Amino acid sequence: MTMPADQTQIEVPFTLNGSEIVVRVEPSERLLDTLRYHLAMTGTKEGCGEGECGACTVNMNGLPVNSCLVPTYQARGAEIETIESVQHGSVHPLHSTGATQCGACTPGVVMSAMWLLKNRDKLDTHTVRELMAGNLCRCTGYDGIVNGVESALGLGSDE
Amino acid sequence: MPTSVSEAVSMLDTSRGKALPIAGGTDLLAYWPERLDARDKTYLDLSGVDELCGHTWTDDELIMRARTTFWEIVCDQRATAEMRLLVEAARTVGAIQIQTRGTWGGNIVNASPAADGVLALMALDATLELTGVEGTEEVQLDEFYLGYKQMKRREDQLLTRIRIPRRAYTFQSFTKIGTRKAQAITKVGLAIAKSDSGWRIAANSMAPTVKRCPDLERMLEDETPIRNPTDFLPAIRADVSPIDDIRSTAAYREHVMARVLFHELAPLCPWVGAKSKSE
Ligand SMILES: Cc1cc2nc3c(=O)[nH]c(=O)nc-3n(C[C@H](O)[C@H](O)[C@H](O)COP(=O)(O)OP(=O)(O)OC[C@H]3O[C@@H](n4cnc5c(N)ncnc54)[C@H](O)[C@@H]3O)c2cc1C
Ligand code: FES
Ligand code: FES
Repeated sequence: MTMPADQTQIEVPFTLNGSEIVVRVEPSERLLDTLRYHLAMTGTKEGCGEGECGACTVNMNGLPVNSCLVPTYQARGAEIETIESVQHGSVHPLHSTGATQCGACTPGVVMSAMWLLKNRDKLDTHTVRELMAGNLCRCTGYDGIVNGVESALGLGSDE
Repeated sequence: MPTSVSEAVSMLDTSRGKALPIAGGTDLLAYWPERLDARDKTYLDLSGVDELCGHTWTDDELIMRARTTFWEIVCDQRATAEMRLLVEAARTVGAIQIQTRGTWGGNIVNASPAADGVLALMALDATLELTGVEGTEEVQLDEFYLGYKQMKRREDQLLTRIRIPRRAYTFQSFTKIGTRKAQAITKVGLAIAKSDSGWRIAANSMAPTVKRCPDLERMLEDETPIRNPTDFLPAIRADVSPIDDIRSTAAYREHVMARVLFHELAPLCPWVGAKSKSE
């Protein structure tokens, strides 16, 4: 079946934060909208809506993606994890290093940081800064974010 | 939703240009939902076509199926060891959230003059396989683009595979001069490779398409002495045709390209640099 431009609804089954669900959506719907408006999971934020800022970062099959660039039908059968899956206490290092001010970028930053915590081997080839570069922040100037992620990883300063 | 290449290709054929394949969606959805023409299109979702996934190494080639993501290549240690250009290019595409979704096939068919994946692939002599209802054709990537967003691909054809010869490289370099390190749209991009098959130079953002630079390649083959970056300018002007745009001027781009070439090649080539004997 192709995805028709007319607004016939389609059913998309996927796993959200460990629970299997099925959503009925319009073919043009983005995963970001499905999460926020269909499922009332408003922790995931919209910033630019164009893949630049990372505010909408979720994990899809274990990898960070921008949910504003994922058509919901492509989540069919996928494992999606959102900020709602993150335990409260685990973001403490980000608070204590000034990684968050207005907080608009924070859910995306936390999703990338949590992914990095589970994929430490990537630090053999990448710096924390490069791995966090897809999460823009207008307020903090990044040092707080990088320091926060590094302290969560139990590392010293970048480079 | 198609689950095989043959199914997808026959859907493309019957749609007569109305259906647009969608792979990672990072180009197609980037201006969503304002881009009105995209709304009138029917998307043909390739995410169920497993035949288009993954990459393999044979004795003499790296074969990437069209949906191979940038991130997949970033994580392949063999790619880092043998075809560093691919990994370096992939690491500059947006940031990790784009690399995990963006595909090499999408980068090629989107046909941006600034495409970074295309730049690396062109310097590594990649060959494309295009599959349509009538079968599969091969096209050399450096002959694929005909003009701005024009290419040798019919609407019923899918890009299915990208094949890259495995060669013994003595030099590979990827340079992207942009405004910011991450998420930058290239102003000048350059890929240089040297193997037993000779020099390859490709440039992006310097012409309506990503382009190979045969005059520059010949200068290097001939070991033409180069004392200053400006000695590259005549060949650059023969090979590429940058335009003035909001991001920079044509003359600026030519000079940047000349300086990058000089900087990259001087440590390697005795005939490039102030000490070269051009008189
Ligand atoms: C924030 C951001 C930053 C970016 N930064 C960069 C960058 O630095 N460098 C860069 O080069 N690009 C960049 N891009 C562009 C984009 O990520 C790449 O071009 C990517 O490779 C596109 O792949 P895709 O699978 O997402 O393509 P899609 O959006 O799915 O498709 C792109 C085009 O290719 C066609 N297509 C896809 N697959 C096939 C196929 N198998 N056969 C036939 N046609 C096909 C589609 O119909 C469409 O026309 C960026 C994008 C964003 C949103
Ligand atoms: S809202 Fe998705 S990247 Fe900015
Ligand atoms: S804290 Fe305000 S955008 Fe990051």
